[in-house]
Amino acid sequence: MKIAVCVKQVPDTWAEKKLKADTSTLDRESADGVLNELDEYAVEQALQLVEANGGEVVIVTMGPERAAETLRKAISMGADAGIHVLDNNLAGSDAIATSAVLAKALEGRDFDLIIFGSESTDARMSVIPAMVAERLGLAQVTFAQKVNVDGTTLTAERVTDYGFDTLSATLPAVVSVVEKINEPRYPSFKGIMAAKKKPVETLTATDLGLDPSVVGAGAAWSAVADFAARPPKPAGVVISDEGSGGTSIADYLTTSKFI
Amino acid sequence: MLNAELRIFQQMVRSFANDVVAPVIGDHYEARTFPYEIVSQMGDLGLFGLPFPEEYGGSGGDYFTLCIAIEELARVDSSVAITLEAAVSLGAMPIYRFGTKEQKEKYLPSMCSGQMLGAFGLTESGAGSDAGGTKTTAVRSEGDWVINGSKAFITNSGTNITGLITVNAVTGTRPDGTKEISSIIVPSGTRGLTVGPSYSKVGWNASDTHELAFDDVRVPLENLVGAEGRGYAQFLSILDEGRIAISALAVGLAQGCLDESIKYANTRMAFGRTIGTNQAIAFKLADMEVRTYTARLAYYDAAARMLRGEDFKRQAAVAKLYSSDIAVTNAREATQIHGGYGFMNEYPVSRMWRDSKILEIGEGTSEVQRMLIARDLGVN
Ligand SMILES: Cc1cc2nc3c(=O)[nH]c(=O)nc-3n(C[C@H](O)[C@H](O)[C@H](O)COP(=O)(O)OP(=O)(O)OC[C@H]3O[C@@H](n4cnc5c(N)ncnc54)[C@H](O)[C@@H]3O)c2cc1C
Repeated sequence: MKIAVCVKQVPDTWAEKKLKADTSTLDRESADGVLNELDEYAVEQALQLVEANGGEVVIVTMGPERAAETLRKAISMGADAGIHVLDNNLAGSDAIATSAVLAKALEGRDFDLIIFGSESTDARMSVIPAMVAERLGLAQVTFAQKVNVDGTTLTAERVTDYGFDTLSATLPAVVSVVEKINEPRYPSFKGIMAAKKKPVETLTATDLGLDPSVVGAGAAWSAVADFAARPPKPAGVVISDEGSGGTSIADYLTTSKFI
Repeated sequence: MLNAELRIFQQMVRSFANDVVAPVIGDHYEARTFPYEIVSQMGDLGLFGLPFPEEYGGSGGDYFTLCIAIEELARVDSSVAITLEAAVSLGAMPIYRFGTKEQKEKYLPSMCSGQMLGAFGLTESGAGSDAGGTKTTAVRSEGDWVINGSKAFITNSGTNITGLITVNAVTGTRPDGTKEISSIIVPSGTRGLTVGPSYSKVGWNASDTHELAFDDVRVPLENLVGAEGRGYAQFLSILDEGRIAISALAVGLAQGCLDESIKYANTRMAFGRTIGTNQAIAFKLADMEVRTYTARLAYYDAAARMLRGEDFKRQAAVAKLYSSDIAVTNAREATQIHGGYGFMNEYPVSRMWRDSKILEIGEGTSEVQRMLIARDLGVN
């Protein structure tokens, strides 16, 4: 089977994130770019399916020049090839534009399955997989904690508030996965060196036949009007116990409406 | 400074250290147990085969790649880092560099996969810095070497997965009266080899160190590694490389001290503000960074020279001397920044403090490094 995994470069999860004053977009230069954590689960799932059923895994990303390294990292886990949509005009694209770009990049390549992580740690919208599925007219199974493929039938457990639903779909389909699904492998040194030799196609929005007016910051459906830095943590209140510590704490909790 | 592949590799080892090593290593340290499950996963990642070619089961990297892995591991824990360092640069490297094709084919694949650890027996209770003072002997007898003597402080020599110890023994006397030393492979479990109990160490408590006794230990003549009588020259060249790896380990520890201290200085409150807002603490952190950064450049340079095939002996000694010195300083400062908590075993910096001192002693003391540097400068 032929599987595509869409991955995103995000600022290091542990780094402090800032918005840029001029464009109100995330300052991606100030933190190290890493492979979005949930996407590692998506890659792992694809690799496991291919190990069981045969086939190939193609990693797809849209992002700036430095996202190439993230693409390489995903390939070094064991994938076969990569597609990098790289175009300055795409900067500032919202979810709707991003889904249009990814759908174009995926279209017509005979993928049996397209796997996403269920959200990115920077934007946390979780809508891209569903949007891409709609654009491609494919079945979507989002928030999967288990995925099986038998012939052309996909069965998955979709996480819900009350537990999970078991769903099935006919391939080709789009899946997004949650972190319960597996334990992503670390790329080995050999895998990293082998990734260097795997083919990566670099495409612009024009190569994909996209109308420039529907992508990028200018086409975004929403705009950030204003933002402010998170206020610093206020200093705590120290209550010293001179016999009435308990009462003082209770008073404090009452005025703060905790009790 | 690193190319894209090495950056990805470094990130991988960093996540492994944070996700797999950090959560459990404190318990191993406290219980003084060897972290078999971590070592096995390191094997799966190809870390034990980093500088060896694929034909022997290696990963096809180089010595610098090994150093990057050691640094990243030591940033979280030194016991795991020294286990890797000793297994590769002392255990497998002599066989790779000086062994016969048969020896390489027999031992390297299982060593590269991390399924088997090798140890290097040089030091004796009476011969450390003065390794030429070796008293252990090996004599030929009926197609075998017969070894008698003892070794002290041998890393990785007594684990369940230790497969061999390369022993340095006196095999003759030169015309000028000096000892002729040779290296000989002794498989674990050979009759007459006694592995002493684990030492009670100040640090590196999740690493494996034993005293070894050899009582008429017989191994076939073909277990000789390299040329007879070349043992001394061979281990000197092994130790030259090893210094770069120990330097990487020291830099990792120094960086780990800084990582932990920044976190702590930004959160610990005293006098109504975080302690990092005091210049006395902030400057300590700045100095820790300066030392770590400089030491890293020193070992990067020594490794680069070695890989280019240039002379690197002095630079390796400089890197080892400097980085072990600053590792001790950073560990002391990190403990100071952590206050009383820094003296508690549950804080990683306490482990780093205990692990730092050995870096000025193992694989050539600081005094020995100075001797090497001075000699290389032409001071006689
Ligand atoms: C945890 C641990 C693991 C080890 N692992 C191994 C291993 O795997 N394999 C192995 O072979 N060894 C190993 N060693 C041994 C280690 O390499 C030696 O301890 C080290 O080389 C120092 O030797 P020594 O202890 O005999 O000290 P000594 O050589 O007795 O030195 C004592 C002091 O005298 C100084 N000194 C000695 N000679 C001179 C001189 N000429 N001029 C100035 N000062 C001098 C030294 O610098 C030092 O300060 C390990 C040691 C430890 C503690």
